[in-house]
Amino acid sequence: MNKENQFKFDWVILPLLAAVTVIVLWAMVSSIQGVSLPSPLKTWEASKLYILEPFAKRGELDQGILRFTWYSLVLVVKGYALALIVGTPLGFLLGVSKLFTKSLDPLIQVLRPVSPLAWLPLGLILFQKSEPAAIFTIAICAMWPTVLNTAMGVRAIPQDYLNVARVLKLSRSRTLFKILIPAALPYMFTGFRLSLGIAWLVIVAAEMLTGAPGVGGFLWQEYNSLIYEHIILCILTIGIIGFVLDRLMSLVEQRFKTA
Amino acid sequence: MSEYVLLSKLTKIYETPKGPAVIVRDFDLSIKKGEFVSLIGHSGCGKSTVLSMVAGLSEVTSGGVIIGGKEINGAGPDRGIVFQSPCLLPWLTAMENVMLGVDQVFYTAGKLERRQIAEYYLTLVGLGESLDKKPAELSQGMRQRVGIARAFSLSPKMLLLDEPFGMLDSLTRFELQQVLLELWRKDRKTALMVTHDVDEALFLSDRIVMMTNGPEAEVGEILEVPFPRPRDRKAVLEHPEYYKLREQLIGFLEERAHIRPEKKQMELHRVSMAEVPPTNLGSIDKNQTQPVELKS
Ligand SMILES: Nc1ncnc2c1ncn2[C@@H]1O[C@H](COP(=O)(O)OP(=O)(O)O)[C@@H](O)[C@H]1O
Ligand SMILES: [Mg+2]
Repeated sequence: MNKENQFKFDWVILPLLAAVTVIVLWAMVSSIQGVSLPSPLKTWEASKLYILEPFAKRGELDQGILRFTWYSLVLVVKGYALALIVGTPLGFLLGVSKLFTKSLDPLIQVLRPVSPLAWLPLGLILFQKSEPAAIFTIAICAMWPTVLNTAMGVRAIPQDYLNVARVLKLSRSRTLFKILIPAALPYMFTGFRLSLGIAWLVIVAAEMLTGAPGVGGFLWQEYNSLIYEHIILCILTIGIIGFVLDRLMSLVEQRFKTA
Repeated sequence: MSEYVLLSKLTKIYETPKGPAVIVRDFDLSIKKGEFVSLIGHSGCGKSTVLSMVAGLSEVTSGGVIIGGKEINGAGPDRGIVFQSPCLLPWLTAMENVMLGVDQVFYTAGKLERRQIAEYYLTLVGLGESLDKKPAELSQGMRQRVGIARAFSLSPKMLLLDEPFGMLDSLTRFELQQVLLELWRKDRKTALMVTHDVDEALFLSDRIVMMTNGPEAEVGEILEVPFPRPRDRKAVLEHPEYYKLREQLIGFLEERAHIRPEKKQMELHRVSMAEVPPTNLGSIDKNQTQPVELKS
């Protein structure tokens, strides 16, 4: 088998085969008596309108799938931005200061595994409104990879670079902007990418609980209206968007890797 | 005698799990203004340790360093440093790497003037065409040129060079020795250079300080290099004293580096010949021009 065929086999035929298998299994399970999982065909029939007119707005609860996705993305961007704004400086402090690391590390390790489902009620109590609560939840769940990777990046800066700063007696801010940030940038972007993944993961949970319009809210509402086909549509949409976001971020990440 | 740089009883002790390790003890040296001094010795004897204490990058355990009448305290741009690897910041161009220091030292000068300083030194080292290249686009030799330009552009009180050409092939090394000599001739900076290359030391220095083996390394012997300046490689190699001096250096490194000068009890610190890194020097041929390296 030559290279090109091998490539086709590995990247087109094999994944296609796996996808077909899953769809067949799905069809089989849905045909079992007493299981209310909609079949692939029924799912397509029911979702067609939402996919073919992705930006339509027929009513508050009845909009094209990409329109819902857009609402979700806007919310994610807000929470994600907050995560970066808070997480990056925090990571720098942890990277620069042993004292900070020693005092904050246990706290971070404890807060990091807390589920968004647990943060959201706290957000609602703190902010009384659903949007800020959702943003708070996204930010607090998504910021940890940024914090930890930034700290790791700062700690990994070669002594040689720090010596340049010492020899030239650079001021703190010049050291930060001329040396620390550029040197830590590749690590920071790895953190940014992982954080974005989590932010997207959290949005659905947040929307489900707050009832905000978006893919997550739509999913929950259709569950309550017993339109199960749309649940599958939402799941696939969330997955694809998450994948695309990750690809985009890793392109940016690669750019900084070589710098 | 005008002593410009004075290293006085410089001592470095590392605390290790096995107790204190005395790397360098009571290292005394004075350097005149505008003098070029080389420090030569076996690998691991503590040459870099001495240099980085003078640079202020490594803490002095005891003793002190005075430059131009002032005791040093920490690192600073009054000492231009060139290391074995040039330590350029990879995200900055050659120009920006030099400018980083120039902006810092000549903060009172105008922007244009500062650019001119950086450009001047980069052009002198032969990089006039590569100002805007990133280190990754430069060869190792060119990177080291940037390192040299950076050190000189700070207009420092003295230069500190730690095996600046150690990583280069011999052709590039010859070129860069020439570049360094040219720059030094213009600026006459007081310089202290670590090297393990006997020919390099002879070609560049006014005096060569031979260090004894560690631990507790100190100044062994000092060799005056009488070649007239400005020097040119051919004339230096043809100088009647050249091979005598060269053999003196090699003789020290081969035979006497492990012997403690007077005061100390030899038995206690004696390093057996077997422990001295092997040096494949053999007999020295009059026509040999290849540098002899005393690496282990
Ligand atoms: N942090 C340290 N702790 C203990 N010993 C060290 C440390 N750093 C360097 N040394 C020792 O100091 C000695 C001298 O090192 P160095 O000055 O780099 O030698 P040279 O430059 O002459 O090759 C070496 O034997 C090395 O093992
Ligand atoms: Mg060394």
